[in-house]
Amino acid sequence: MKIGVFICYCGNNISATVDVEQVAKFALTLPDVVHSETIHHVCSEPGQNTIKQAIKNKGLDRIVIGACSPRIHEATFQRMVSAARLNKYMLEIANLREHCSWIHEDRSLATIKAIDLVNMAVCKVSRHKVLYPSQVEINPRTLVIGGGIAGIQAALDVAESGNEVVLVEREPSIGGNMARLDKVFPTLDCSGCILAPKMVDVANNKHISLHTYSEIEKVTGFVGNFKVTIRKKARLIDTAKCTGCGACTLKCPIKAPSEFNLGLDSRGAIYIPFPQAVPHIPVIDKTICPMVLKGKCGLCQKMCPTQAIDYKQEDTLIEESFGAIIVATGYELVDWKKLYGEYGHGRYPNVISSMQYERLLSASGPTGGHVILPSDFKKPHAEQREPKIIAFVACVGSRDEKVGRPYCSGVCCMYTAKYAMLTKEHIPAAEVYIFYMDLRAAGKSYEEFVRRAQEKYGARYIRGRVSKIYERNGRMVIMSADTLLGKQVQLEADLVVLAAGVASSSGANQLAQKLNISHDQYGFFIESHPKLRPVEASTAGIFICGACQGPKDIPLSVAQASSAAAKVLGLISHEKLETSPLVAEVNINRCIGCFRCLEVCPFTAIEKQEMRGGAWVARVNPALCQGCGLCNATCLPGAISLNGFTDDQILSEVEAICLVNPEL
Amino acid sequence: MSVQAYFPGCSLESSSREFDKSTHLVCKALDIDLKELPDWSCCGAHAAHHTRHNLSTILSARNLSIATKEGYDSIMAPCPACYNRLKSAQIELAECDKKQAAAREDFNFQINPDLRVFSILEFLAGIDKAVLQAKVKKNLKELKVAAYYGCLLVRPPKLVNFDDPESPVTMDEILTAVGATVVPWDYKVQCCGASLSVSDPDIQAKLCADILEMAKLAGAQAIVVACPLCHANLDLKQGQINRRMSTHYDIPIFYLTQIIGLAWGFSPQELEIDKHMVDSMSLLTAVLK
Ligand SMILES: Cc1cc2nc3c(=O)[nH]c(=O)nc-3n(C[C@H](O)[C@H](O)[C@H](O)COP(=O)(O)OP(=O)(O)OC[C@H]3O[C@@H](n4cnc5c(N)ncnc54)[C@H](O)[C@@H]3O)c2cc1C
Repeated sequence: MKIGVFICYCGNNISATVDVEQVAKFALTLPDVVHSETIHHVCSEPGQNTIKQAIKNKGLDRIVIGACSPRIHEATFQRMVSAARLNKYMLEIANLREHCSWIHEDRSLATIKAIDLVNMAVCKVSRHKVLYPSQVEINPRTLVIGGGIAGIQAALDVAESGNEVVLVEREPSIGGNMARLDKVFPTLDCSGCILAPKMVDVANNKHISLHTYSEIEKVTGFVGNFKVTIRKKARLIDTAKCTGCGACTLKCPIKAPSEFNLGLDSRGAIYIPFPQAVPHIPVIDKTICPMVLKGKCGLCQKMCPTQAIDYKQEDTLIEESFGAIIVATGYELVDWKKLYGEYGHGRYPNVISSMQYERLLSASGPTGGHVILPSDFKKPHAEQREPKIIAFVACVGSRDEKVGRPYCSGVCCMYTAKYAMLTKEHIPAAEVYIFYMDLRAAGKSYEEFVRRAQEKYGARYIRGRVSKIYERNGRMVIMSADTLLGKQVQLEADLVVLAAGVASSSGANQLAQKLNISHDQYGFFIESHPKLRPVEASTAGIFICGACQGPKDIPLSVAQASSAAAKVLGLISHEKLETSPLVAEVNINRCIGCFRCLEVCPFTAIEKQEMRGGAWVARVNPALCQGCGLCNATCLPGAISLNGFTDDQILSEVEAICLVNPEL
Repeated sequence: MSVQAYFPGCSLESSSREFDKSTHLVCKALDIDLKELPDWSCCGAHAAHHTRHNLSTILSARNLSIATKEGYDSIMAPCPACYNRLKSAQIELAECDKKQAAAREDFNFQINPDLRVFSILEFLAGIDKAVLQAKVKKNLKELKVAAYYGCLLVRPPKLVNFDDPESPVTMDEILTAVGATVVPWDYKVQCCGASLSVSDPDIQAKLCADILEMAKLAGAQAIVVACPLCHANLDLKQGQINRRMSTHYDIPIFYLTQIIGLAWGFSPQELEIDKHMVDSMSLLTAVLK
């Protein structure tokens, strides 16, 4: 055995606190170490060449590098070792920077600790074995969950490569929240005009299969080989026969608040969610349809010219296989009605949410794009009034610890500025007030956009949190502080629009559980690394994009979607996938079949395997195993070991630090 | 007859005796024997907690320890300031072991951590509405009232969580149960100015005038409170408010327990309604017929 030790100066990152020369000198005293030296930057080309040269000249068969965290350069150093024709797992890194020099001040103590760390690494590497990665085949099909702008973009981008995509959306139509928006910042182009063509592209793309009104039931498998069960909820419509003419919706006697228009108007028990819906096929709301509930009515069936209505239709389950999954389940608005008693708990018709205001502005909305007071909706046309004074309140359910939403919505500074402009275009004489906490307009040309709202459109910004909204003589009174004036203000307005905060979509936590990916306390999915792996979920082969990862606007959602698609294409461009050999292994001679390991495994990587004699033992699926070691630690008879971190290797490290070195 | 420990506090012994009186009558009618806490002291509100926070906590701790020693599992304090101080002290001592230890060492206080502190509102809110309804003898349907909670009865949510802190309903429900007509309004928890009535009466006058105006706009003939300070600011000070603000409000202010008492057949005199500064008797004569 010939071990080589290389200690990095890392500029002065390590050498300022650790006497690297002394560490290198010490290493030479350790058993089997035949070579030890310091290098200024191991990661640089000359640094790497020095090591390669030493491997060649001295015939080194195991390498210890004392440098920065293995999270940073392990892959680089493994490549270097391979290039010198050594098995790349014959390398051990002692973290002398993050674990030592950066966190200590006393040079002599830090040097002693560095020596211990190198000693541990040498003991461990002497017990390393040659390991080889295994290979699995990759299914080139991709599943996209959620058909908002992010899911749509991701599906189109992956399909562009000619690979197959399945898009699953739980609502009757794709489009997501963007379909509700009127015009969109920062350019004020019509949301429908940029979204609708993409929705149609999805429907027409021969590489994309669309399952709307469908949900994910079950996910098993692993990167390259996921098995997914999709529940297609019964629409009670034979989609093969339906032409989308809409005749069935005309005579329905039932009324329910429209989800798409957020309760501003109503829809029937059979309905097409909105005019641009894709697919343009109705759905029957089974919870209110009298034919479903009591077997009476059947009007829609009579109206349908193609006999497409099928009250007996049932949910179907389909099973599909995929190599990669993109999650794009978006967001919902914070339920301000529940949280804000001081704003009336939703009992005033003229206090509405921002998304409802989008629908009032929209030409395809319930008022045909005329901004009229919701309290006047039921009045005869001539008596319907436009609001003269409109107040927008930012951060309702964002940046508010009191209601458990400390984070920023990321969009409401921008869309309230947008409302100032759009309102003035609808009602030029309107007075617009915006109550805000801070103006956060950090995107490209965003600051200019907000300025324009103030300077060109005369929006009046009042800096303060609104303490109360109530009705007085038929108008809404807003009480707030004006922190710039240092005064209290009261404003009477006709219409108040609350910029409701952004929450994760309902069911996000359950979906995360099915997919085995992490989410934060608010239900937003967590990326693998906030800077360097922003669209990878915590489980290999699963990617996240759009507002399901955290509040964000359309430009960012689309950018993330394309980036997730690029990651998927990178993955499925390989026919086979190399999997890390640093996984658990079961010694079947020792396994007693207690399956504690199966219970603790967070990656469902342990399977039961029947032996010829009928006994059951555990087996590790190396493609699923992430090498966390939980099973290893749980296994009572010691049947499971983790490659690269065997009990023997770890105990040798412990021994190395416990032995007091007489020379120091 | 069940026994309930009772902490009257200073106001109920002086400026708001009618609150004390009517609370006793209502509880008696409910078959509850109010037992005044022996040797109780100041709850630590106002002067104490403005000068030294710890003093205020220790004062309340003393009262809590008496209740513990007497073996009570709950204590009712009608005044919201007492209620707030007792509850704050309890939570503060429970959260901070060191303080609790110090309080124990210096004064030998033993406090039952599960001791419950009620305001009269929270107490009554816990009683089945059917029980309240069954005792009604007089029809109060003609009496239109606005329920006013003020700042401390339902807040802060960290201490008090039996009702919505910004848009409470429990008093409305109790008043409805005993037959009064309760008007919806939006000023249920707006500030009455509290002790600013002494230090800055201009501000207090403006705040109370707003409350009176909103009650009037909502169609209320009277306002119902459950706090001595709210009562003083709205009733005792109503004349002064009118002079300062050039207004002409003439709105009777009742304690919650007085309205319940009326419905249950006690006379206005028994309930000391004739002690109010704003004449409440004419309204009662008109609506009770
Ligand atoms: C009032 C308002 C105004 C806005 N205005 C602008 C603007 O002017 N400009 C701008 O850039 N941005 C704006 N935004 C932000 C914009 O709406 C979002 O950036 C964008 O919609 C995010 O897209 P998404 O696809 O990530 O999420 P979503 O649009 O929410 O789409 C998610 C989709 O996933 C589906 N889904 C959810 N859960 C599941 C599940 N479990 N299974 C299957 N499907 C599921 C949903 O039904 C939905 O169709 C605004 C936001 C708000 C609230």
